[in-house]
Amino acid sequence: MNIVSQAFTWLNDPLNWTNPGGILDRLGEHLAISAAAVALGCLVAWPLGIWLGHTGRGGSLVVLLSNLTLAIPTVALLTILPLTFLGFGKPPIIVALAVFAVPPLLANAYTGMRQVDPETRDAAKGMGLSGGQLLRRVELPLAVPYLAAGFRTAAVQVVATAALASYVNGGGLGQIIAQGFGLGIDVAGGQILAGGLLVALLALAVEGVLAVVERLVTPKPLRQERRRADRETIATGVA
Amino acid sequence: MSLHGLAFQDAPGNPWFSWDYIQSNSTAILDALGEHVTLTAEAVGLAAVIAIPLGVAAYWFRRLSGPILAISGVLYTIPSLALLAFVAPVVGPTRSTSVLIGLVLYALLLIVRNTLTGLNQVPSEAQDAATGMGYGRFGRLLRVDLPLALPGILTGLRLATVSTVALVTVGALIGKGGLGNLILGGFNSNFHKAEIATGTILCVLLALVLDLLLVGVGRLLTPWARAAR
Repeated sequence: MNIVSQAFTWLNDPLNWTNPGGILDRLGEHLAISAAAVALGCLVAWPLGIWLGHTGRGGSLVVLLSNLTLAIPTVALLTILPLTFLGFGKPPIIVALAVFAVPPLLANAYTGMRQVDPETRDAAKGMGLSGGQLLRRVELPLAVPYLAAGFRTAAVQVVATAALASYVNGGGLGQIIAQGFGLGIDVAGGQILAGGLLVALLALAVEGVLAVVERLVTPKPLRQERRRADRETIATGVA
Repeated sequence: MSLHGLAFQDAPGNPWFSWDYIQSNSTAILDALGEHVTLTAEAVGLAAVIAIPLGVAAYWFRRLSGPILAISGVLYTIPSLALLAFVAPVVGPTRSTSVLIGLVLYALLLIVRNTLTGLNQVPSEAQDAATGMGYGRFGRLLRVDLPLALPGILTGLRLATVSTVALVTVGALIGKGGLGNLILGGFNSNFHKAEIATGTILCVLLALVLDLLLVGVGRLLTPWARAAR
């Protein structure tokens, strides 16, 4: 239990929070990188997913893409991208994380558009709505719960993987852990544990906050349905 | 951005693919590959041994399914690096067991969830027939429920295997990352591109090969599914 008390001693030192490269600095970096990556992911995945879902094409492409990214090691992308035209610094890290944010965003946007009841779509067409109006007034509002669920999955995953940016000295809370391992377990065992605690708590906090947001943006009548849909996504293993 | 310029200037002497590098480092590469395969097999094997009974428990006792899925969900949410940070100081930072424990905890959710889904999809007619034929709880589980749930279980194993292969690389931080050691090692030794690319390509190929292997095993184990098609 020695190491646990070391971790709390480390966390209790105010300098470890406010120093340059301290917890607050790292937390800021972590959130900035994550936010940029999720935003970039949304920018790419949502229009594509919504368009594919609206036209009803490319379902297999969505599945293929999510299976493919599952096999790519995050560490590999984080090390390769800085050596390409993106250069060193934040951009390659943001792009690497965004790559892993795309599959859940894309799959959920696609499913959200496809799950709209064909009868609803027919009724809207019968009322004289054009393709664009159908998209904006019928399909998109009904897909909001799915978009929110995808956003939550992607954001939690990005916040979790952003910890790995430390492998290439990219900042974020993972840096505290990596630095600890660099110093060695005897010297910095407490720091390693404290860093792990911070990273885990941040991921769980983001998950919790976004779960509430997801509930808030889902209209009441859709909530029951969403739970059922959750189980169906799990069944296909695409979630 | 002087480093940026450097990465470009040294391009002729530092190619992404180098047969020379592979030949002169074949032992190190094979060692890394071996470590990667061993860690993956151990992790998925252990996770399956823990997760499939958990899935069955969640299936038999409905009240347990909520907590089991919730706990494995929380474990899945905790970042891999944080798991490593929790386990390594206790187990020992230079042992691959530290990486293994994290990998097992990570694979749990995928297998539990898919096992449960597979079991839930067993047609109730088949279950009724089995009960009518006099199968007890365990007999029905072994002879009817689990064989019919195999496609679901295999989906879980495939997802777990592919993501574990990718995740092993995280262990490179403590030098126990299999091919991840090559990837991170290449980055740290003056951005040695050939080393990074070799590690990455082998990693993706390994995931592909293991996935196909499991598909093949699945086809062998479920001959009735083939006959139906």
